Amino acid sequence: MSTSIHVSLGQVAAALALVALAAAISLWRRTDLERDIVVATVRSFLQLTAIGYAIKLIFEADTIWLVFALLAVMVLFGAITARSRAKKVPDAFWPLLIGLAIAAASTLGLVVALGIFEATPRYLVPVGGMMIGNAMTASAVALDRLGDEVTESRAAIEATLALGATAREAAAPFVRRALRSGTITLIDSTKTTGLIFFPGTMVGMLLAGAEPTDAVRLQLILLYALLGSTAIAALVATGLAYRNFFTPAQQLREPGA
Amino acid sequence: MLFELRDVSLARAGRPVLDSVSAEIHPGATAIVGPSGSGKSTLLRLLNRLADPDAGAISYRDRPLVEYDPLRLRREVSLVPQLPALLPGTVISNLRYAADLAGKRLDGRRYLGLAGLDAGFADRDVAELSVGEQQRTMLARALAQEPEVLLLDEPTSALDQAARDAIEATLAKLRAELEISLVVVTHDPEQARRLARRAVRLREGRVAACGALEEALA
Repeated sequence: MSTSIHVSLGQVAAALALVALAAAISLWRRTDLERDIVVATVRSFLQLTAIGYAIKLIFEADTIWLVFALLAVMVLFGAITARSRAKKVPDAFWPLLIGLAIAAASTLGLVVALGIFEATPRYLVPVGGMMIGNAMTASAVALDRLGDEVTESRAAIEATLALGATAREAAAPFVRRALRSGTITLIDSTKTTGLIFFPGTMVGMLLAGAEPTDAVRLQLILLYALLGSTAIAALVATGLAYRNFFTPAQQLREPGA
Repeated sequence: MLFELRDVSLARAGRPVLDSVSAEIHPGATAIVGPSGSGKSTLLRLLNRLADPDAGAISYRDRPLVEYDPLRLRREVSLVPQLPALLPGTVISNLRYAADLAGKRLDGRRYLGLAGLDAGFADRDVAELSVGEQQRTMLARALAQEPEVLLLDEPTSALDQAARDAIEATLAKLRAELEISLVVVTHDPEQARRLARRAVRLREGRVAACGALEEALA
């Protein structure tokens, strides 16, 4: 299915011309993003190079335990990163960590159990990385929205609690909206895929010389798995995180308390 | 005794809101009066455990408030907040939600009528109501739970005089006919005189006076 291609560091360096173009536009239009562009470029180089070597080691070692360790580290960093987006949610780390872990374990488990991919590092590492990355974005967006919703709707939530509703009942409309905003981006982009943009895996496979039909089928599998992992992560994260806004006596906590 | 507060204190963001408040609230109608920022609304929220004090003790019918299941307590001691905050949907769907939570059969027309709204309001979308109409829907929604105590936070603040008179007449009728006890937060001493027999007067988070109405207001 795949035909290896070799990419030299010189080719990567040449692509920096486009980064220079982006920085030039920022300077010209005074969007004040040059510094961020430089940081993004350096970080992406260092991080991808490091993960490239890590993956190479894992492929060569060919043991499933190293794969699990790498995925666990991804889940951990995913939760830490997403937490910084969900500042208004008290103790957002655990809901995010649990959501990402369940999303990764269930979707990877399913694609292996259904015989879509073999349980080998070559499949589990890249697919797991995609699942966790997208699940992280979805749950971060969902919890960011949940924080805004609860902060803006304190009066409505308290009015419902005052009727003797549980925290779960009082928070339900806001949890629903948060879950929706966390998952809708991928659903929308899945609708337009192939029309307005070509997804990354398919582009990568085409560049690597794969048959277009193979590239499309693999991309479809990944898109469907991503729909599952983002929904699971956002569902678990919002379902756990809303509780942190309330006390055991079904009271809405004071902000910052 | 309906409620008894002993040395109740509560701080928010490092600032004392209630400071060693001790007061007795008897069955019947009690007004909580005082200037804005004196802690009236906070005190009201403590009575159905939307918040708990940092220190001190509150009892309801001679039993510590913390011993009650908060959900059952709130259906029995119903709080109507100052700002209307209804659930999206129709007026009647809001009343039904409240009645279902309390496990009561809903007589929508009756509770709308008690709150001064005619039956035509039942199917109106709450988003289309004026603030005054929303406030009356909030009252009808609380009544739909058939509470034993109504905690009202500035119940007529958004109403014109005619609507205010109608609500006050309703509250008097509730007290007389249904034997519901009322605890009414108001900044207006005249409203306290019209609605209550007893009063707790707060000043800067402390009890300035507590007892029979004219003595407490003096």
